[in-house]
Amino acid sequence: MNLPRLLAGLDRPGPLTLDAHVAVHGEMPADVSRSWRTGRTLVEEIRESGLKGRGGGGFPTARKLASVLAARGRPVVVVNGCEGEPASGKDRLLVERAPHLVIDGAVACARELEADRIVFAIDSDAPATRWALQAAIGERPDAGRRGLVTEIVEMPTGYLSGQETAIANFVNRGQAVPTVVPPMVFERGIARRPTFVGNAETVGQIGLIVRHGAGWFRGLGTDGQPGSALVTVGGGVFDPGVFEIEYGAVLGSLIDAAGGAIEPVRAVLFGGYGGAWVDGSQALELEISDRSLREVGATLGPGVIVALPQTACPVAETARVAAWLESQAAGQCGPCVSGLASIVGTLGELADGRAATDAGARLVELAGLVTGRGACAHPDGAARFVTSAVRVFATEFADHAAYGRCPACSSTPILPVPARRLARAA
Amino acid sequence: MTVGPSAYWYLTRSSGVVALVLLTVSLAIGVLDVARVGGRRWPRFVIDGVHRTASLLAVVFLVVHIATAVLDTFAPISLLDVFVPFTGTYRPVWLGLGALASDLLIAVALTSIARGRLGHRAWRATHWLAYACWPVAVVHGLGTGSDVTQVWLEAITAVCVLVVLAAVGARVAVGWPDHRRVRVTAIGLVAAFAAGLGLWLPGGPLGAHWARRSGTPASLLAPSTTATRSPAPVAGLTVEAGRTVEAGRAA
Amino acid sequence: MEIRVNPISCKAHGLCAEMLPERISLDEWGYPIIDGRPVPRELESLARRAAAVCPTLALVLGADRRA
Repeated sequence: MNLPRLLAGLDRPGPLTLDAHVAVHGEMPADVSRSWRTGRTLVEEIRESGLKGRGGGGFPTARKLASVLAARGRPVVVVNGCEGEPASGKDRLLVERAPHLVIDGAVACARELEADRIVFAIDSDAPATRWALQAAIGERPDAGRRGLVTEIVEMPTGYLSGQETAIANFVNRGQAVPTVVPPMVFERGIARRPTFVGNAETVGQIGLIVRHGAGWFRGLGTDGQPGSALVTVGGGVFDPGVFEIEYGAVLGSLIDAAGGAIEPVRAVLFGGYGGAWVDGSQALELEISDRSLREVGATLGPGVIVALPQTACPVAETARVAAWLESQAAGQCGPCVSGLASIVGTLGELADGRAATDAGARLVELAGLVTGRGACAHPDGAARFVTSAVRVFATEFADHAAYGRCPACSSTPILPVPARRLARAA
Repeated sequence: MTVGPSAYWYLTRSSGVVALVLLTVSLAIGVLDVARVGGRRWPRFVIDGVHRTASLLAVVFLVVHIATAVLDTFAPISLLDVFVPFTGTYRPVWLGLGALASDLLIAVALTSIARGRLGHRAWRATHWLAYACWPVAVVHGLGTGSDVTQVWLEAITAVCVLVVLAAVGARVAVGWPDHRRVRVTAIGLVAAFAAGLGLWLPGGPLGAHWARRSGTPASLLAPSTTATRSPAPVAGLTVEAGRTVEAGRAA
Repeated sequence: MEIRVNPISCKAHGLCAEMLPERISLDEWGYPIIDGRPVPRELESLARRAAAVCPTLALVLGADRRA
């Protein structure tokens, strides 16, 4: 009933072997199509549990499964362990340390959907994850046996590689860039078959639901957002890392669990680099749930929380992350390419004090111009990130516009940005 | 008054020239459209409309050109020769090029009509054939046509080639030096084609005994051996060797 | 009738905005911004022509999703 759930048994280093996994969580029920407690199908049980996707979209998982079931063709199950979000570490951690839980969920979905193929998508720059996953699959009799093919696909490293259509596109045609929807992947994804793409944590939660049921799952969290969740806490805290929380927990207590803030918190970034900033004075009192975050203009996204200390320069951080986001674009859609370039240019001018007086308004205008005009949500996320920065850091932006670079501009960066610039796929 | 073979022969030649001119206009616009030529007085959808209209009219004149060539009884051109290249008895190579050009143009036209249903990628792949169609048509006109020695035809052909050269040149210039290799190849090909024509014509269609060398059936040839630049043939006569031979009868 | 743009196919040729300025305008980079209002009966044939004239067939017409 209580925490930890997904992270149970992970106090020791290294992945949980199959035996250790069974010791912690119990055996997986042989027949997962009917939960032994309620007589429901897996999809019904998941619907009852209220599980929503943990990859950032927050889409009700049962509805996604039902859509795949309703589509024509033999389904494919994809476990999305790609973690292109630099400030996030939960999916890699889960796949690497508790692979059997994720595999349990994947096999349960495959049986429910009558799929004959499971694809584990991971980043290509995570050899430890691949090794742990391969070893775990090797230990199991139920995955990789006749009738259910299991494969590991290594996606080229990149922010967009974890996007659903990008995974299908890469498996189908070797191109790790998003495609236009419709058709949605649950209708036509890998090999033109209905494809269920579940975030690794979501699939892990399914592995728990098949054992304990929907009622147990709802024992934690809020009514609107039940269950536990993995969040990655980073930035100006003493003990950054991945934590398992229940929805509704107060952010202040999570920061304490992460060792407390090193310095007073200027602002908190929720949801990653496609998410939004919240002023520090409000943030610490907030409940960690989408409903409460939405009131301050943010969402949890893939469970990313970054605390920005007062000594950092938010303008420099925003400009740096925005430049990285621009470099990560697939380069397929004109408004995104042009718009992000203009945004980055304007931010750069602002940071250096070379900007026009209405640069903030120009940024908001550009953000509006790129939102919804690409094939994927990348420009939308970048727009949200920049717009919230302009709003929350209005003072610092005004100071930079008037006086140029501040002493904090050259301090150690807080928001992690991968050093390597990746070539555009287009 | 009946329409004799002479009328068909006139119609074939004239409709062929008009078709080539229209094809040239269409090609030039197609090339320039990629360079996004347009403005307030010439909206791009209007230019696109001219492109489509010119292409359709080219097909219409091509149909007339083919029909009259087949119907004319002077030169033995059958319907099969029209669509299957190089199988004819009358100037097989040069007529065959015409058959090839027609096949290509019809393929381009049909795929363009069905563009919405084909999808952009399939349509684009076949539309490239237009670049093959035009030079083949030019060479066909020069090799087959009995007007090749006429100044007006030479002038029209030269203008067509210059127009295409200019259009490709303009297209290559816009956005230079991106895609340098492709652009150099494109302008090189067109220039080579123009130069090739210049080299081929004097010894070819404008040279001695072209009618015989190009494969005109012997029965249609005059017995004499010297060929000179002659005025336009009239009323179903072949022009050979400075002497006129009436169809079917030796002078 | 609903108008949508395939953002990957669209190469900012701009013919759609010429054909149907009542619903399509161009942003500062030449890409189409579609007015979300439904297309009235009298503009439907223009909308069809706009879709047909797009050099990359990026403009797509669909049934009203809100209907």
